[in-house]
Amino acid sequence: MADPQFLLAAAAVLFALGLLGVIVRRNALVMLMSMELMLNGVNLSLVTFASQAGSAEAAVLVFLVFVVAAAEIAIAIPIVLALARRRGTLDAGSWTELKG
Amino acid sequence: MGALTLIVLLPLLGFLLNGLLGSRLGRTFVNVVGCGLPLVAFIVAALAVRDLAAAGYPTVIETVYTWAAFGDRSFEIAFLLDRLSAVMVLIVTGVGTLIHVYSTGYMKGDPGYARYFAYLNLFLFFMLLLVLGRSLLVLFVGWEGVGLASYLLIGFWFSDPEKSAAGKKAFITNRVGDAGFLLGMFLLWQALGTLDMDAINAAFGAGPVPGLSAALVGILLFIGATGKSAQIPLHVWLPDAMAGPTPVSALIHAATMVTAGVYLVARLSGVYLVAPEASAVVATIGVLTAFFAATIAVVQTDIKKVLAYSTVSQLGFMFLALGVGAYGAAVFHLYTHAFFKACLFLGAGSVIHALGGEQDIRRMGGLARRIPVTFATFAVSTAAIAGLPPLAGFFSKDEILWYALASESGGSVLLFGLAAFTALLTAFYMFRLLWRVFMGASRMSHEVEHHVHESPPSMAGVLVVLAVLSAVGGFFSIPHFLEPLLPLPAIVPAMEHFHVPLLVLSVALGLSGLALAAWLYAGDASRAAQLEARFAGLHRLLTGKYYVDELYEAVLGRPLEWLSRRVFLGLGDRRLLDGTLHGLAGLARRAAGGFARIQTGSLQAYLLLGLAGLVLLLTWSLRNG
Repeated sequence: MADPQFLLAAAAVLFALGLLGVIVRRNALVMLMSMELMLNGVNLSLVTFASQAGSAEAAVLVFLVFVVAAAEIAIAIPIVLALARRRGTLDAGSWTELKG
Repeated sequence: MGALTLIVLLPLLGFLLNGLLGSRLGRTFVNVVGCGLPLVAFIVAALAVRDLAAAGYPTVIETVYTWAAFGDRSFEIAFLLDRLSAVMVLIVTGVGTLIHVYSTGYMKGDPGYARYFAYLNLFLFFMLLLVLGRSLLVLFVGWEGVGLASYLLIGFWFSDPEKSAAGKKAFITNRVGDAGFLLGMFLLWQALGTLDMDAINAAFGAGPVPGLSAALVGILLFIGATGKSAQIPLHVWLPDAMAGPTPVSALIHAATMVTAGVYLVARLSGVYLVAPEASAVVATIGVLTAFFAATIAVVQTDIKKVLAYSTVSQLGFMFLALGVGAYGAAVFHLYTHAFFKACLFLGAGSVIHALGGEQDIRRMGGLARRIPVTFATFAVSTAAIAGLPPLAGFFSKDEILWYALASESGGSVLLFGLAAFTALLTAFYMFRLLWRVFMGASRMSHEVEHHVHESPPSMAGVLVVLAVLSAVGGFFSIPHFLEPLLPLPAIVPAMEHFHVPLLVLSVALGLSGLALAAWLYAGDASRAAQLEARFAGLHRLLTGKYYVDELYEAVLGRPLEWLSRRVFLGLGDRRLLDGTLHGLAGLARRAAGGFARIQTGSLQAYLLLGLAGLVLLLTWSLRNG
């Protein structure tokens, strides 16, 4: 079992990288991937805390997060595809219809 | 259902039938319903009065239902029949029915035929509610209702803005009086806990009522009466009300509705008997109104306006009688006035009808031979209003003059002198009217003259009936009939032997009015024209109706308009209300505009802002955690 401190630091790095990716990149697919990265950073911290507390419920929660993430991607990818087909680009900056 | 309820409800049924179905079912239906139901109401009323007479005139009270009850107090819809309301209900239904019949001829061919009869029936319903109601509150409902019907009928030809303005003027002027009426009712309710008029009279008759001044109540209720009965200072609406169809002027603005104020004061005589101050106000206002209206009538040139001012003046006579305690004499004059003034108005309507709408007496003349029935009936009722014996007006006017002089409760030589002079003026302006319209050479244009025709039997017949009633109505002595209910005032002993000289004087006054009119307007009326030129200033003042309308316009109308436009509209409505709302809306719009700038459409920017917010929140919670 690795050092929890290291695991938590890794989780924070994963989350920060994901966030940075979402903020910086404009490609919709890369943004989705970055979001997965954030999600997994959170998952890692969840598992770390679960093993520390010896709680089975937290471990189960991790599987729940996987399922939700899979469902989210299953919906998000077709949306991105539909948008890409309409404009011929994956650039998130090309959809600004709801601008104030 | 009791007889009294039936009397009241029959005209209401007529209103509903004619109002809802009349325009679809045609003229015959409207005629049958419009004239038939008032006639049935008259018959039921006559039967009810016969039963009352057979029972020796008890006070019959018919309670329909309890309107509202609070604790041990309650408002009931109840009708009351005694000698006074018997007289009133017979006048209202009787004259009302006659005028309905007359209207079938006069309004023939009018596009609003069914609407007209519906309104007229509605008027009768409210008027009967007024004269039969036991409680002041029921009377007040009728009081407001006749005001509404009057408004609707004055503005009957509402497409003419002048006519609908006259309707509004009548309605608004009456509201001023109603404010006084309502205050009087509030005081009575607060002090006595009842508005039943028999109970009010009994309470005041039993001695002073604690915490309530009879004089104050009397004056407040009289303010209501001045509105409805067109007394100074609220008399201005009645002459304008002549914009309505002539039968309406006859029924509402001469015979019945405008006498409601007289009825109110007579009905609450118990209050006025113990309030000599209020009675003095009533007498003074009455005699002044009688005098000033008569002077205006002398110079009017519109046939209906002469009669309108004459009505105001005669109502003044009635209030004079009320003010000196001669309630019976006032109701007597009300009763004879209903006949001869209705006859005069309907006669005027017949003249207008014959001349195709002409109302200016300067363009009439010589009609006596052309429309003989109208002339004969008009002449009889003119003589009646002038007080020539043995016609009805002679008896009632003589009673009033007598009590104005000799009553122990307020009679004085001053009141009598002014009233007697007014009686002379009355005879003069009425005979002037008769002369200008029916005598002398014709001043009509050829076209009008060619079309002159006597009115149809439905109109002429009614004129004859009313003329007969104006002639013989005075032989039924109302003061004597009402004496058990409304005792006549005591006579100042020193005056007793003046009764016969006064009779002679009042006949002399009537005859000299006739002589004066005949002399002034003989031939081409050059003497009258000379007189007019000699007193041009006075003539202008009288034709200008003492400029009361102008005075009200300057003192009330214009300041009110200024206040409404500048303060209420400009400052209150536009600045304060609209300003606040527009200010709030503008604030929201500007704030939204600011926030909308954040909404760039760039996902990255949203996330950055969200992150910044998250960081702020976390920092804040760590600091203050």
